[in-house]
Amino acid sequence: MAEEQKPAGQAPPKPPPGMATTPWESRLAASLKEQFGDRIREFSTYAGQNFLVAEPESAISILEFLKIEEEFEYLVDLTAVDYPKREKRFDVVYVLYRFPPHNERLRVKILVADGEKVPTATGVHPGANWLEREVYDMFGIVFEGHPDMKRILLPEDWQGHPLRKEYGIIQQDQRWVRENLHIDSGQ
Amino acid sequence: MPEATFLDATELVLNMGPQHPSTHGVLRVILKLDGEKVNGCECVIGYLHRGVEKIAENRTYVQFAPYVDRMDYVAAVSNGLGYCLAVEKLLGIEAPPRAQAVRVILTELNRITSHLLWLGTHALDIGAITPVFYTFREREEALKIFEKYCGARLTTHAFRIGGLQYETYDTLETDCLAFCDAFVPRIDEYEELLTHNRIWVGRTKGVGILTVDECKELGVSGPLIRAAGLAWDLRKQQPYSGYEKYEFDIPSGENGDTYDRYLVRMQEMRQSNRIIRQAVESLPSGPIMAKVPKVIKPAAGECYVSIESPKGELGYFVVSDNSTLPYRVRVRPPSFVNLQALDRMCRGSLIADVVAIIGTIDIVLGEVDR
Repeated sequence: MAEEQKPAGQAPPKPPPGMATTPWESRLAASLKEQFGDRIREFSTYAGQNFLVAEPESAISILEFLKIEEEFEYLVDLTAVDYPKREKRFDVVYVLYRFPPHNERLRVKILVADGEKVPTATGVHPGANWLEREVYDMFGIVFEGHPDMKRILLPEDWQGHPLRKEYGIIQQDQRWVRENLHIDSGQ
Repeated sequence: MPEATFLDATELVLNMGPQHPSTHGVLRVILKLDGEKVNGCECVIGYLHRGVEKIAENRTYVQFAPYVDRMDYVAAVSNGLGYCLAVEKLLGIEAPPRAQAVRVILTELNRITSHLLWLGTHALDIGAITPVFYTFREREEALKIFEKYCGARLTTHAFRIGGLQYETYDTLETDCLAFCDAFVPRIDEYEELLTHNRIWVGRTKGVGILTVDECKELGVSGPLIRAAGLAWDLRKQQPYSGYEKYEFDIPSGENGDTYDRYLVRMQEMRQSNRIIRQAVESLPSGPIMAKVPKVIKPAAGECYVSIESPKGELGYFVVSDNSTLPYRVRVRPPSFVNLQALDRMCRGSLIADVVAIIGTIDIVLGEVDR
């Protein structure tokens, strides 16, 4: 049973070189541009899928606008991606869908710094509840105003957020494992 | 004033699970009860968390493929299909027609096995002991086809990025057609046991109602939203793997209760049967692998690809940084999102209904916890 405290020699992967995106132009993009102006800094398409990059503080008003005015009433998924070398290290990604006749998907991305709080989307999409808890659990991103901001998959008193890039693949909360499982290591 | 006793408390908190036969695995539900009435519940999950998304970042695209089978292990073929489609989209390749047709055959067979397992255990939970013996008999026949095709019954790893690893075995077509022929009378048999059974109807009708609007609000997908009355199925709305070539209907219900979800899933099995027959009869010849680079290293980019798994919308959000390891793989598990509706469905119902409602959501904890 090795005393693994640190990740086993895994350098965090390089941040990706930019995606080869093309600008996304459509009626929807134009109406969003008109409504939010500079607060949306990018409208892009990659592999035939549209996404936009916005400022965190306007995320909720964008989701609300999309839901009420544009019928994007279905929050399919909410997740995050970690780029530790970037100044704002996290991408928080909302995958939205609008039902037929539109039958269209759209991703809303916001860039978040470590420790920065993100307003909760549970007011607009109640289904965001567990999804935000999972993002908090895995990345340590706190959603402000969430009705029940606690871990969901890991034990509540676990230390660390496993999907951060610096968290090693065999790293674990040694203290928790010792106290609760009465073994040195779960490996 | 006499001291308050526990009898004065109006709300009783009762713990159900994680070791409970009707929670289908290690699900813990904390129920708030007023007598037998459920005022609300909270799910405690994560007992089966294995960190699949973290493992993905430390394996190559090819190495990670078998891991996805371990999420929804009852419908491993669907998991594999979703992952392959997502990576193929990042690579900009498409599986050849023969591979697509075989994929459809196996995925639909898998939908039937998943629904059969659901039906047997759901009925067993409610007290109907007979169906589980019948459903496992038919499930066995379908699993034998998987076994003959790729050597595994549950965690099949049947597909590869770009197509299929194996050519079909000699009697796949006849085996599938024999299964299809035998299966329709079997569904009739299950329906005879349950559909008009007074106890079954009494235990499921009006139990755990979810309306279409509630489904949309909570992100609920699959048979649950269809039973509420919205005939929305990704195989029709956003066809993948050549589903547009086959003729099939999307069954839907009206009331969004446990009984309608039962009817919808029964119809879905019949439709899957139709699809398998069409796919087998029109199985094209040709290569089974697209031209895939020796080392899979997609250009930097990201995509979200989703399929209609037996449980609902199963999505993969894959981010590539132009290396051989995926930068991030996010799985959008239908069971996880659907389970969130448990609280809404249980409120106001009786404690015995909770068992019926957990069964009707059709969760697999391997997928909820990942």
